[in-house]
Amino acid sequence: MININYFLKGFFCIKSVNSPAIALAAGFIAIGALFKSIGLNIQESIFSTFLTYAMPGSLIMAESLIVGASLLNIFFAVWLVNARLYPMTVSLFPLLTHKSQPRLKYYLACHFVAVSAWLIMKENYKSVERKYRLDYWIGVGASNLSVAVLATIFGFFIADYLSKDMMIGLAIVNPVYFTCVMVGAMKTIQMSLAVILGSLFGILFYFISPEWCILFSGLTAGTLAFFVGELNGN
Amino acid sequence: MVTNIVLAILATSLATYTSRFLGVMTSKKMRENSKIFKWFNCLAYSTLSALLVRIIIFPAGALSDASYLSRVTVVLFCLFIFFIFKRNFVYPTVTSAIMMALLSEHL
Repeated sequence: MININYFLKGFFCIKSVNSPAIALAAGFIAIGALFKSIGLNIQESIFSTFLTYAMPGSLIMAESLIVGASLLNIFFAVWLVNARLYPMTVSLFPLLTHKSQPRLKYYLACHFVAVSAWLIMKENYKSVERKYRLDYWIGVGASNLSVAVLATIFGFFIADYLSKDMMIGLAIVNPVYFTCVMVGAMKTIQMSLAVILGSLFGILFYFISPEWCILFSGLTAGTLAFFVGELNGN
Repeated sequence: MVTNIVLAILATSLATYTSRFLGVMTSKKMRENSKIFKWFNCLAYSTLSALLVRIIIFPAGALSDASYLSRVTVVLFCLFIFFIFKRNFVYPTVTSAIMMALLSEHL
């Protein structure tokens, strides 16, 4: 079913120096506080983080609830902002496949795809025996999701004690952490161009369509980076 | 609030899981050294990069209360710390929270 040794090995990745635990916790503390301020109760807040486990999507949901958006609007707004999870999953799961693992396990394990766990796995997959990579991934994902849920609970209960400045301070931690990780990943021409062009096109496309800018810029910048990288031997 | 909260959470979860589910389906027969895999890898990094820029430059939620100048200053300074401390992730993340909370009032 699941190799407990590899699961635990993945689970305790959260303790490493480069762990996203601080960034993840800061972001979800802010989300927990936001949930309380818009009227969710503790069960709904936990339920939301556990089932969604994607910060920008949770933020969009909270804002949509404030303005009283329809369910269909919420669905499409969240789908658009979280569509990044599609190329992330496609670029991760071929690294985890092994014939001994049941197919259903992949469909359950994909719930853990989020920037934090994805980046850990991309860094570490080579050090894990292929047969057990999926178990290791489930461990990584479970620890990240646990941090997210616990931070949401903590944020919910300390919401009344958080000033506006503290909320702003918590909200910047996650983007700063991921910016550092992305800059750290710029090891080839292809990766460097993907990151740099992605941010440039991200700004440019925002002025054309704020809703579609992430998808359009990801597609344009990623494709350009791929071709330039291929022409230059990656 | 017009929308039922539990239904909104379910809609959000479904919208999020759809991308993950389709990702697993697409990657079924894909080989890790194929061109298409490399292309998807570039798409993933570019999309993440675009998302980060959107959060930092055009934020929603609490960050939108801080000025553009303060947000960009904090990110650039933390990147500087990241390189100074040999790519350690702890110093820039901790610094960012303190610096942002202090600067949001004054910049």
